[in-house]
Amino acid sequence: MNYTFDFGWLIEYWPVLLKGIGITVELTLVGGVLGVALGIACAWARALGPGWLRPVVAAYVELIRNTPFLIQLFFIFFGLPALGLRMSELQAANLAMVVNLGAYGCEIIRAGIQATPKGQFEAGASLGMSRLQTFWYVVLIPALQRIWPALSSQIVIVMLGSAAVSQIAAEDLTFAANFIQSRTFRAFESYFVATLIYLALAIALRQLLRGLGWTLFPKRTAR
Amino acid sequence: MSLIEITEVKKRFGDNEVLKGINIDVAPGEVIAIIGKSGSGKSTLLRCINGLETIDEGSISVAGAQLLPDELHLKALRLKVGMIFQQFNLFPHLTAGRNVMLSQMVVKKTPKAEAEEIAKRMLERVGLAHKFDAYPDQLSGGQQQRVAIARALAMQPIALLCDEITSALDPELVSEVLAVVKELASEGMTLIMVTHEMRFARDVCSRVVFMHQGRVHEIGPPEEVFADPKTPELKQFLGVTH
Repeated sequence: MNYTFDFGWLIEYWPVLLKGIGITVELTLVGGVLGVALGIACAWARALGPGWLRPVVAAYVELIRNTPFLIQLFFIFFGLPALGLRMSELQAANLAMVVNLGAYGCEIIRAGIQATPKGQFEAGASLGMSRLQTFWYVVLIPALQRIWPALSSQIVIVMLGSAAVSQIAAEDLTFAANFIQSRTFRAFESYFVATLIYLALAIALRQLLRGLGWTLFPKRTAR
Repeated sequence: MSLIEITEVKKRFGDNEVLKGINIDVAPGEVIAIIGKSGSGKSTLLRCINGLETIDEGSISVAGAQLLPDELHLKALRLKVGMIFQQFNLFPHLTAGRNVMLSQMVVKKTPKAEAEEIAKRMLERVGLAHKFDAYPDQLSGGQQQRVAIARALAMQPIALLCDEITSALDPELVSEVLAVVKELASEGMTLIMVTHEMRFARDVCSRVVFMHQGRVHEIGPPEEVFADPKTPELKQFLGVTH
């Protein structure tokens, strides 16, 4: 092996990497926050919502969970303009991530809701709360607490999956790595650096989600 | 003038008729104990009174609020009757104080400061003012049940329904909960309780209802029901519990 490693290009190309990181982080934040919100709404609809809404949400969830993310992304970016829905690369990437996490999040959160003891609903009802109030104030937080580790993992998966958006030329971290590789022909070094950055981002995101869990859910002592 | 009117109530679960025409009128301030074997329909009857179960025939009204299956009527009814459960059903993610504040703020739109004030008073009433900031799983079963009572009281109900509220408690914790209930009774609260605490029923209740196979089999003041049971079923029931 007589390959000489060369990371000298970093001096010239770090702004490109930085911009890529910024976009990956932005996609993750927007996708994470709106995706979880959509997941909560869909989980409510599927577990407790009106009868007519349940099959609609079920169809959405199955459609997303049984097709590749890349196809969903292509459909939104290349397919929807045929219907007059034109979006920028970033808008399409954001939408695809929200829709994707919404579907997976729905199933995870629904499991948390359905594990709620019946007595919690009855206690809410007997205090005069409406079904929606009982869900929002009584059921939701313990339900999220139950499934928080699974939901956190899913958010990290969606963050890593965002690499696919480089395929519609959204200028995320993977796009930046591809770009640098094509300019410098330093494939190993470009993807090695991108790998390290993704690793750091994923670890940071997990820590962030753990911290969020600590503030969102009260510490409960084991009895 | 009755406070709670239960008239010809029938309730079926599929083919199984669990309530076969119940008639009970409860006057303000009465303390009613409902006793009977499991499966006799006593818990179902209690749950019908605040609409946790629907009824198939008959009518139930509490201080003029009719039991009707839509959310508006149910809310009006539930504001008049509070309920305490066997399993406490405290909200695990909220402190004791927050448990007592929540429904005041959400249902009655009471401002936070006032809700907190009321919550403190109610917790004091059940002897737990010092546990305002404790989470349910930091409390004993007896304490949790007393928080549940405070939570129901904070909504200022006219009557309280108690569904076997001491059955899930360790024996040494039963008395602290019953003491609170006794206190409420002496203050004139209308209470309907499904209970297995025969001594308590005898000492505190104004009337005892013995249910058997979905019907009110015997009803009367405790001295009558306990000392002079008329039907063989009640004799047998009291015989096994004594």
